[in-house]
Parts: sequence; structure tokens; C-alpha cells
Amino acid sequence: MSKTITIDGQVVPFEDGQTIMDAATAAGVYIPHLCHHPEYTPHGSCKLCTVKVNGRNCSACTFPALEGQEVLNDTPDLNADRQKITQMLFVEGNHFCPSCEKTGNCQLQGLAYHLNMLDNHFPHFYATRQVDASHPEVMIDHNRCIFCTLCVRASHETDGKDVFGISGRGLNKHLIINSPSGELKDTDISIDDAAVHICPTGAILIKRTGYQIPIGQRIYDHQQIDQVSLAREHHQDEQ
Amino acid sequence: MYEHLETAKNPDNLKRVIVDPVSRVEGHGKVSLLLDADNKIQQARLHIVEFRGFERFIQGRPYWELPVMVQRLCGICPVSHHLAAAKAIDQLVGVDPENLPMAAQKLRYLLHFGQVLQSHALHFFHLSSPDLLFGFESDINKRHIVAVLNEFPEIGVQGVKIRKFGQEVIRMVSGKRVHGTGAIAGGMNKSLSKAERDYLLADVDQIIEWSNASVALIKKVHCSNLPYYDQFGTIRSNFMGLIKPNGGLELYHGGLRVKNPKGEIILDQLDYCEYNDYIHEEVRSWSYMKFPYLLSLGKENGWYRVGPLARVNNCDSIDSPLAEAARVEFMAHGGEALVHSMLAYHWARLIEMLHCAEKIKELLNDSAITDTKPEDLVAKGEKRFEGIGVIEAPRGTLLHHYQVDENDIVTKANLIVSTTNNNMGMNESVRQVAAEYLSGRELTEPLLNNLEVAIRAYDPCLSCATHAVGKMPLELELIDAEGVVIDKLLKHSDGEIERAHV
Repeated sequence: MSKTITIDGQVVPFEDGQTIMDAATAAGVYIPHLCHHPEYTPHGSCKLCTVKVNGRNCSACTFPALEGQEVLNDTPDLNADRQKITQMLFVEGNHFCPSCEKTGNCQLQGLAYHLNMLDNHFPHFYATRQVDASHPEVMIDHNRCIFCTLCVRASHETDGKDVFGISGRGLNKHLIINSPSGELKDTDISIDDAAVHICPTGAILIKRTGYQIPIGQRIYDHQQIDQVSLAREHHQDEQ
Repeated sequence: MYEHLETAKNPDNLKRVIVDPVSRVEGHGKVSLLLDADNKIQQARLHIVEFRGFERFIQGRPYWELPVMVQRLCGICPVSHHLAAAKAIDQLVGVDPENLPMAAQKLRYLLHFGQVLQSHALHFFHLSSPDLLFGFESDINKRHIVAVLNEFPEIGVQGVKIRKFGQEVIRMVSGKRVHGTGAIAGGMNKSLSKAERDYLLADVDQIIEWSNASVALIKKVHCSNLPYYDQFGTIRSNFMGLIKPNGGLELYHGGLRVKNPKGEIILDQLDYCEYNDYIHEEVRSWSYMKFPYLLSLGKENGWYRVGPLARVNNCDSIDSPLAEAARVEFMAHGGEALVHSMLAYHWARLIEMLHCAEKIKELLNDSAITDTKPEDLVAKGEKRFEGIGVIEAPRGTLLHHYQVDENDIVTKANLIVSTTNNNMGMNESVRQVAAEYLSGRELTEPLLNNLEVAIRAYDPCLSCATHAVGKMPLELELIDAEGVVIDKLLKHSDGEIERAHV
């Protein structure tokens, strides 16, 4: 008989070595997340997947599932905290959805809609951040980086290139490019790299492709992020 | 003309009357009047007091964002900015208008006709019809679309539905009624499905019929109030706009034509990419809006007007039968080569609205706009570093000019929006109304609405973003020669008028 945990009262089986996120995804239970991706080593930095495990707050993407855990996930308190975290992500960078080419395909925006975020709430930082368009095919708009490190992990684990890294701490944290000039044009990044396609926001973009997908055919035009996420990641688990 | 009223010789000790804001126009502007002790107007100015800054903050952004970002200038005619920017970025990817895929070009025309239709309907029915149906000095409580719906329900509902149809055309082509996508560098991102086309076709005949009736309505209103309607706010100017190669009315792409007040063509089929050789802009200290003029005629005589009256006056024909018949009737009204009446802007506007409705039907019946593969909707060429896009927006000639660097980042932008082209025209009309209809009279709120009627005829988009329908708060102060406030009228946001104790 397999081991089980409960998530919001629902019995969810798991196998040794799985995190709470893994077990939930396999069972079709959505736990909000941005920095988590089933193909990459968990990072636990965005804190959106925070759940209560036997009364304690834990990151579902890093915390191992253990027999008998009682996990709370979809609760008003936890979702209120998640909404605040998302609002903080919006005010920390410069996320102007109306003109952003990732609109409709953006996980940050999709999550904000899912969490019923209606305003930024917190004062905007108006951070001064740069656009690196030096590479002929790929560009980085640092205004939209949320430091999820998915590009760092994808470049290291899949592409074997280590193009990206995170430097600085706290408010000074920033994405850096592994090249002598610090510019993307001097790296060996290629348009086919996993790191180029993994960004959950509009920070890493393939040049000259914006707005080619019509409104109505974008990822989140007809489905919320929970449905999209489960359909994709549940499927990946099965593979 | 009335240029002597631009700046009073001795502004000290003159009474100052401010109309702020000008209501039922798009954006924020104010009118200031200076009067002497006999209430004779000595100075009248339309001030544009908004500052937007788009030209600056799109610098540093990749060029493909331009059509989507810059359309946020406006909520009424974003499609105009979307398409002007798209035409400019077509050039950045090496695609000239003649090389745009035919299907993409037809979809852009459809989008633009939908835009002009809805904008013209909005302006006539929602913003101007209260003045035209109830009278310029009518009860302020009547001067809004709801009163029109109450007293002329058939006209009001038709106006709302014509506008809705235009919005639906925009939604089908660009995904959203306001601020969609659609045009991308070198083409379009989708064609129409047959279901989308059939949805629009179902209503188009009704829209044409109503648009035709609207032309008859404005003609009746205009001709029932002669010679007043031919004289009110009327000035003589040059007219500029795009034109088809055969001289026909054109809204999306063509050469520039300028006629002088006698109706003589003084410039024709100009390549708009060379606009800088022909048009310069002058700055005046009292307005944020520049004053463009034709270089060849100089600052004094080179100013011109754009928009529906300019386009209908400039063209030799309209390539849709009902609108052409209406144009012939319209041109005959003037009794000379051009129609100069300022209030004829409304009449010309509705002829264009009818034209758009007819052309929408024609395009919907064109198989090129449906089920075209995405790859057949986009052309590619060799990268360039400069792009200029010009279209005829509902309010007139709109110009977008961009430069980019080798990394596709915008380094310079210049936008000359339609309303800027009409700056001098609006000021002249305001001065004419002030001098001929207000000067020497005791100023009241209904009287001051005459100034707004003159501005409204041009359908200005003063900020290209904000909109004011109906009961805008308004404060009028009458100050005597000693600087003492002797009278003060307050219009609250709920429409209530109050005479303040002074």
C-alpha cells in the first residue's frame, strides 16, 4: 500500500523522494508557483508554493512528502499571502502588461489573475533596469526579471552553458550574464537553448517575434494558470 | 482673419475668462479670453495643457513594441496609432507599403475603416449631437448623449449601434475593441475566420442604411440653419491630407495633397517620408501643442487644416457610391471650389462614416481577408534604421517617425498627431467665434458653449488619451479691470450649476 499525505483533506499518494509539489502535481492538485519547474532542481525562492504542513509554513517545491502529513494549500490565508507576494514582484520590477509582448502568455500575469490581484497595493519601486538587446536573436529586459533562476538552472542543467547567474543580495539582487563584457552578445547562448524558452515572464525574449500570436490564441486567453500548469506538468511527470 | 486676437496689446487690466476644461472633446484643454471694460474680446486662445511624453519613453524599447505601446496614447482612436506605427516598422524590416501582402493590407484597411467608423459615430452622436440637435446655447442639462437618447431615441440608438459595429470590426481583426494587437512588422498576425466575417456581415447593411440616414440628418441640420451654419467659426485655410494616386479619398496610404483656400492644388502626391522637407513646427510659449506649417508658405500663411473637411475638400472622388453621391451634394453646397464652413466638418465626417460602412461591406465580401495562413500575412525584407508611417486618422493626418539602432532599439521618435495639425485652425475658429458672437456681450455659460462648439467641430483629441463626456466640472470667473472677481459660475461634476457668492 502506497504512502499518503492529505492536501486540503484530499488523500494524495506519493513515492519516497517526491516533494509535496511533485505529489500534488501527480494527483492533479495545483499549488501556485513561479520558480518551480518539474525538469529542474527545486529552488524554493519565489515562496508562492508556500503551504502549511502540520501547521508550519513550508515551500511545497522543496519540502519532501512524508507519511501522514496534513497539508493546507488552497486556503484564504495562504492565497492572501500569495497575492501579496505577487504584488511585491510587480512593484519590485517594471511590469507594464498593456504593452508587454508576453501578455497572455506570461505566468506572472496568469498567476496574478488567478490570485485575483486587482492592484499593486505596495508603492512602486520604479527600479532603473536595463535592456540587453546586444545579441542578434535573444534579448533580456531586466525590468521583468523576477529572479526565479529558471534560466540559470536551464542553462546549467540542460544547455551545459552557464550563461546566467544571480549576483547581489536583497534589493541589490540582479541577473548577470557570464561574458567578459557582461552582455549577451558575448556569450554562447543560442536561440534553441532551453534557457531562452524557460522564462515565466517577459524578461528573456526571442527578438522580432512579439505579438505574432493573436489575442484569443495565447496560453491564458481561455484557461487559467492552474489548468494550464497541471495539464503541462502532470503530463511531464507521466513521461 | 483673427490673428490680431492671439495676443492682446495691453493684457494688464483686462478681464480674464477661462473655460477649463473644454468638455465633450477628448483630452484636456482650456480657453482663455481677455476682455476690456466693455466686454470686447481682446485676446482668445485655446491652450493645450497636457504633457504626455510618449516620444521620450519609447526610446530604449524594441521597435516591435511600438504599435502596441504607442496606441496607448489614445482610447478613442488607438487603431490609428497602431497602424501608423505599424507602417513605420514595416519599413524597419524592409517592407514598403506596396510590398505588404495583399491580404494583410486588406485586413489593415478593414481595421482602419472600423476605427474611423466608430470614432466618427462617437464624435457625432455622443459628443456633438447635443449641440446640433438642441442648439449651441441650449439648457446645459440637455447637452449630453442621454438627453439625445431621451428626446431623439431613434437617432441616439443608431449612433450607439453604429459605433458598436465599428468596435466589433476592430475586435474581429485585432482581438479586442480597444488596444488589441493585429498589425505586426511586415503584415498582420491573423486573418478573419468565416464565422467572424459572417458575424459582421449580418449587420453591415443596416449600418450602411443608418450611416446614409445620418448624412441626410446632418445635411438637414446644416441647411436649416443658414447662413449661420456656414458662417459660425468659419475661416479660410489650406487643407492637407493623403490622397489616392487617382485623386480619390484615401484613409490608409497615399501621397500628400495640399489645396489652398481657392481650391488650387499647391502640393500633390508628395512622398510623406520627405515630410521634413515640407512641414516644420513652431512652438508658442502659451501652449504645449506645436503649430505646424508648410515651409514653402512660411509661418504666417503656411498653416493648414486636416481631418474630414480637408479630406473631402481635397479629393476628386470617393470610391463608394453612396458616399460619392453625398460628396457631390456636399461640394455643391459651398458654391465655390471648396466648402469652408467650419460646421461642415460634421457633414464631411458623416460622409466619411458612410464611406467606411460601404468599404467594410466590400472588404467583408473579399475572400482575401478570410482564412489566410499566418505565413502568407507577413512579408520580410532587409533591415533599415529609419521608418515613417503616415495615415489619415479620424481627426486627420497622423505621422509616426522612428529611428532604431543595430540592436533593434528605438533611439528617436517624432509623432505629429492629427490634432496638432489643426492647432492653428482651432485657435482661429475660437477667435472668430469670440470676436463675432461673444465680444461685447455679458458672458454666460450657454454663451461660452459656443467656444466649445467651435473646438468640438474639429473633433480634437487633446491628449490622445483622456475623454470627457458631458458633465465635466467647470469654473468660470469674471474679473474686472481692477482684478476683483465680480462673478463666478461653478458647474459641478453632477451637472449642477451654482453661482458663487463673491
